[in-house]
Amino acid sequence: MSADPAPLPAGRRSFLIRSGQWAAGAAIVSLLPASLGRASPQAMQELIRSIVGEATLQPGKVRLDVPPLVENGNTVPLTVSVDSAITEADHVKAIHIVNEKNPQPHVISVTLGPRAGKAQLSIRIKLADSQQVTAIAEMSNGSFWSGSADVVVTLAACVEDLK
Amino acid sequence: MTARVLIHLPAKALRGEVIQIKTLIAHAMESGFRVGTNGNPIPRDIITLFTCRYNGEEIFRAELSPAIASNPFLSFFTTARESGTLEFHWSGDNGFVATETAAITVE
Repeated sequence: MSADPAPLPAGRRSFLIRSGQWAAGAAIVSLLPASLGRASPQAMQELIRSIVGEATLQPGKVRLDVPPLVENGNTVPLTVSVDSAITEADHVKAIHIVNEKNPQPHVISVTLGPRAGKAQLSIRIKLADSQQVTAIAEMSNGSFWSGSADVVVTLAACVEDLK
Repeated sequence: MTARVLIHLPAKALRGEVIQIKTLIAHAMESGFRVGTNGNPIPRDIITLFTCRYNGEEIFRAELSPAIASNPFLSFFTTARESGTLEFHWSGDNGFVATETAAITVE
C-alpha cells in the first residue's frame, strides 16, 4: 500500500462510506438478540449491590433446595429457607432471589415479617441456561446473608424461540 | 378476565401454630423475551405483585419478575393468631387484577 493513496473517485468513496454504515447497522441488529437474551454475572453483581447497599453480604444461613439437574428450564421448583429466629426483635425482613444468565438478573423479592413463623418460600422459576442461582436474606438487624445453588438445565427457557 | 386461582391452607389451626399457605394462579407470565412465529417479539405480560393480608394486616408481599414460571405458584408460612379471613391479591401488566379470600378458624 502506498503511503499517500490517491483520493478515491467521489462515487466510490460515498459507496464505501454507505456500505460501512450498512455494515455497522447490520452489526447492531445482529447484536440485539444477544443483548436481549442474556444477563451477565456482572448485571447480577450490580443488582446485588443495589439490594445490599453499603452493608456487607455474608455467606451462610440461606439454603436453596433446587434439583441439581432439571430437564425443563420453564418450571424449576425452588425452595429457599433461612435459618433464623422469627420474633419481633429478630426476624427475616426480606428474601431476594437473583440469577446470572436469564435475560434479567432479578427473579423475586419477598417481604416477610415477624408473623411469618418460618422464613421459607417455595416458587417455580424459569432458567434460560445452566447457572448459579443466589438467594439473599435481609435480617431485621440490617445484616445480609446469602446462599447459592448450581443448576444444570437441559432444555432452556426463553431462548428456544429466539433462534 | 377472571383468572383461575387455587388456594390451599388448613381450615383449622391451633393458636400460635405455624401454617403453610400455598397459592397458584392461572397466568401465562409471558416474559417479553420470546419471539412469535411472525418474527415479532411477544410483549411482556406478567404478574408483578402478590400480597397476602391476614385480617387486614399484610403478612406477605412478593414482587415478581419475568423469571417466574407460568401459572405462578407461591408457598409461604404464617403464624395462626386469630380466626378470620386471608385475602390474596395479584396484580400485573395490562391491568391484571385477581383477588381471592380464604377463611381460617383458630382454636
